[in-house]
Amino acid sequence: MDIVETVFVRNNLVVAFAVVGVVMWVSYFLADKLTAGRIHGSAIAIALGLLAAYWGGTVTGGSRGVADVTLLGGIGLMGGGMMRDFAIVSTAFGVHISELKKAGIAGVISIFAGVIISFVVGAAVAVMFGYTDPTAITTIGAGAVTYIVGPVTGEAIGASDAVITLSVAAGLVKSILVMIGTPLIAKRIGLDNPQSAMVFGGLMGTTSGVAAGLAATDPKLVPYGAMTATFYTGLGCLLGPSVLYFIVSAMF
Amino acid sequence: MIVYGVALLSVCLVLGMLFGEALGVLLNVEANVGGVGIAMLFLVFASNSDKFKALTEGVSGTGIKFWSAMYIPIVVAMAARQNVAAATEGGLLALSAGVAAVIVSFALVPVFSKLGKDDSPAPDTSEEQEAG
Repeated sequence: MDIVETVFVRNNLVVAFAVVGVVMWVSYFLADKLTAGRIHGSAIAIALGLLAAYWGGTVTGGSRGVADVTLLGGIGLMGGGMMRDFAIVSTAFGVHISELKKAGIAGVISIFAGVIISFVVGAAVAVMFGYTDPTAITTIGAGAVTYIVGPVTGEAIGASDAVITLSVAAGLVKSILVMIGTPLIAKRIGLDNPQSAMVFGGLMGTTSGVAAGLAATDPKLVPYGAMTATFYTGLGCLLGPSVLYFIVSAMF
Repeated sequence: MIVYGVALLSVCLVLGMLFGEALGVLLNVEANVGGVGIAMLFLVFASNSDKFKALTEGVSGTGIKFWSAMYIPIVVAMAARQNVAAATEGGLLALSAGVAAVIVSFALVPVFSKLGKDDSPAPDTSEEQEAG
């Protein structure tokens, strides 16, 4: 057992490539045989990944899903921010400038609208659950923007740890739901061209959610959605502890 | 050389991240503002420009395409390292806030998509791509 652990830990990234490869194979096999191609193989793979993450989190009590399991530590590196961003940027290869220009303004508007709408919805839910403290309402609203904007805002305006944890949980729910829900709802919201993908990225904003959701819907749309989504968290961190907090404070 | 393409991709990412980080400092925000998006713009411009042909065409290009093809497996690994357990422990408030934000945002996608379609009709897309 010691030998296995030594080899697996020392070669953790390589182990991750092998494990993910097997998961992909199983997922595409299931998509083909069980759903006759109706559900995309990558959607199943992402769902399996999330299930594994849930299992890893409950078994280890850690915060990095399956990557906290000693033998699977390489998943943390392979699925970490650096590799994710590297792969996202590579999808921009071959994108035509004309496509970006066409949805440019709609994309920019959607980023602002997306941050504000998610914030308002999250804040309204906090109020419905009986919160009256503007700091808590703002932090939970910011959590509904993304799970990064929540804690950044909460720490900046001095929210309690419990509220910050809630805001992270709200952001995680959003991110996971976008991953799973996007391929299911794509047709109904007209998500089948570069323009609507840019708007989608701007409105949803959660980079992980958008990255996975579009991958499971149509990989060709990924660069367009990811491009706008990556501005969203930055804008949220800008507006959350400032303008949005001032407005909430004035109301409560 | 394959590594030329990989290097171009890497330079785009690092430059984009530097810009995003600088933008964050300028705006007094504790976050990287659009670093990845800016990096993507660099790569779009490089792959559309004649000056970078040596780095984007032929074998060099496959160095970028490889990572593009690795995108979905990397996203699966990303899903597997999410803090799903914490999301389920947030209770009804976190669940309601997250679900409501997603439903409202989904519903607005078709509304905002129409904004971009006013000037040019959608059918032009495929023709332009073939010409370019």
